[in-house]
Amino acid sequence: MSVLVYTESENGAFKKTAYEVSSYAKGIADMLGTDVAAISFHAADAGDLGTYGVKTLHNVKDAKLDKFNAGAYADAIAQAAKAVDAKVIVISSSADSKYLGSLLSVHLDAGYVSNVVALPSSADPFTVKRSVFTNKAFSNTQISTDRKLIGLSKNAYGLKENPTDCSVVDFAPSLNDDDFKVEVKSVDKATDKVTIADAEIVVSAGRGMKGPENWGMIEELAGVLGAATACSKPVSDMGWRPHGEHVGQTGKPVASSLYIAIGISGAIQHLAGINSSKVKVVINTDAEAPFFKAADYGVVGDAFEVVPVLIEKLKAFKAANA
Amino acid sequence: MKILVCISHVPDTTSKINFTDNDTQFDTNGVQFVINPNDEFGLTRAMWFKEKQGASVDVVTVGGAEVEPTLRKALAIGADQAIRVDTPAVDGYAVAKELADVVKNGGYDLVIAGRESIDYNGGMVPGMVAAMTGSSFVNTCIALEIEGSSVTATREIDGGKETVTTSLPLVIGGQKGLVEESDLRIPNMRGIMMARKKPLDVKASIDASSETSTVSFEKPAPKGAVTLVEADNLDRLVDLLHNEAKVI
Ligand SMILES: Cc1cc2nc3c(=O)[nH]c(=O)nc-3n(C[C@H](O)[C@H](O)[C@H](O)COP(=O)(O)OP(=O)(O)OC[C@H]3O[C@@H](n4cnc5c(N)ncnc54)[C@H](O)[C@@H]3O)c2cc1C
Repeated sequence: MSVLVYTESENGAFKKTAYEVSSYAKGIADMLGTDVAAISFHAADAGDLGTYGVKTLHNVKDAKLDKFNAGAYADAIAQAAKAVDAKVIVISSSADSKYLGSLLSVHLDAGYVSNVVALPSSADPFTVKRSVFTNKAFSNTQISTDRKLIGLSKNAYGLKENPTDCSVVDFAPSLNDDDFKVEVKSVDKATDKVTIADAEIVVSAGRGMKGPENWGMIEELAGVLGAATACSKPVSDMGWRPHGEHVGQTGKPVASSLYIAIGISGAIQHLAGINSSKVKVVINTDAEAPFFKAADYGVVGDAFEVVPVLIEKLKAFKAANA
Repeated sequence: MKILVCISHVPDTTSKINFTDNDTQFDTNGVQFVINPNDEFGLTRAMWFKEKQGASVDVVTVGGAEVEPTLRKALAIGADQAIRVDTPAVDGYAVAKELADVVKNGGYDLVIAGRESIDYNGGMVPGMVAAMTGSSFVNTCIALEIEGSSVTATREIDGGKETVTTSLPLVIGGQKGLVEESDLRIPNMRGIMMARKKPLDVKASIDASSETSTVSFEKPAPKGAVTLVEADNLDRLVDLLHNEAKVI
């Protein structure tokens, strides 16, 4: 018996979420008195998985799996789960993991709970806390199946070191044509930019920016902080910014450490998408803007005056702390 | 082409979330229910296939009689027929099993579901239906073209998008982008009148078992008041972010 974790990598290197799901899986393994095994595709080596408690990495090196393919990845992970007799399988909340999660759950007859925010409150009955109603509430959910699949929310558990030696073994799943019914033709990804999903800091702006021509200072602020840029819904609806940047209930959820909202009113649908960000800063001319109720820090002021000064202050801070 | 659009009946996006019965039930008091926004984009795309390429469009919801106004709204928007599977929606797995049964018996070529419902945000139903019916599956779908049985779809990925090809039968988890928001249909008087005459079939549940259950709900702890910083004292903001919040 073991806990299996799917650790995502890019160009051979593990993503930060891989270490987060590993930390979490180790927490569950300790509750169950067992070890953590990982499965990955084309990892260059074990990376820091050992630091976060993973004992064995099952590394898949099949040329057909060079590109992410939900059907084939789900089948391979299911086979690994059976091979290591995993009672609990942990995946992340990335777009790819959410894509394959439901397929994996059916492969394994494993009850699936996504958006989980904490270790199980009880192992028997197996009960986990997940966020529901777009982060406006939590549900304590029991899983009744023998195998359990958990999708961990980003930034909910954090990184916890539990050093152990991690050995790497090759894992060769047997795949069939059905696994490749969906074929990836092209990927269009801005590689030099921090993505909203991976970002520790997100700088977001709304209709208060008046027009797309004013986004230069938003990008500059994001650049100084190494942040991703985002926006409110009307901004993407009007075409000022790409759809992929729209944050909120009908857009992307953000679970960053810091969320800076500039010229965004803080409508309930927007707030729903950012509730799980840790620290929120609001810059708005209107002291009555609802966002101030949700914020940790606020500046009542004109973005066109505040942001350029903030950029200078942060540059000075970075220089002093480099 | 036979299209089935899965409609989730969800609290309106402005709803205040409260619970009753010792925090075990969602409090529907004063809550307006709507078609799940992700499903609305899918329904409009289905109308496009119907009008431009020729297709029939059925809509389906798993739930008690209270979901019927939501199905009627989908009929008013232009769906041909509605199906209500008569059982409460307990968990994603049970809902998916009920839907998979409808798909198998109805011989649908294309099933359009939303990427997730904005109530429980599980994001599991579309993929589960695909796996249970042996269909291809494309999640977070933002564009969909079909010629014969060949499919080209675009899906949103973290930090960009990806174009895939596949074939029918297909299930998608759709979202904004499938159609523009400005193209979403609002039922007009004629549609509402016609919807009254369209069939709304109540189908007995197959009594699909569930795999998960909610024991209780909780609300997040109330948060402290905002710390306001004067616009001419941004050094303090930088200091607070560094020393107090420890995020820079
Ligand atoms: C079904 C549905 C789903 C929705 N989903 C989402 C969603 O997912 N995400 C989302 O964001 N919205 C969503 N919305 C829309 C939401 O209700 C709000 O309309 C939207 O969030 C408002 O965006 P905004 O704050 O940028 O614009 P506004 O409401 O116009 O607010 C602009 C703010 O900028 C401030 N401002 C103006 N000038 C300046 C300046 N010079 N400096 C500083 N501040 C300034 C103003 O005081 C104001 O607070 C949804 C709505 C519906 C009906």
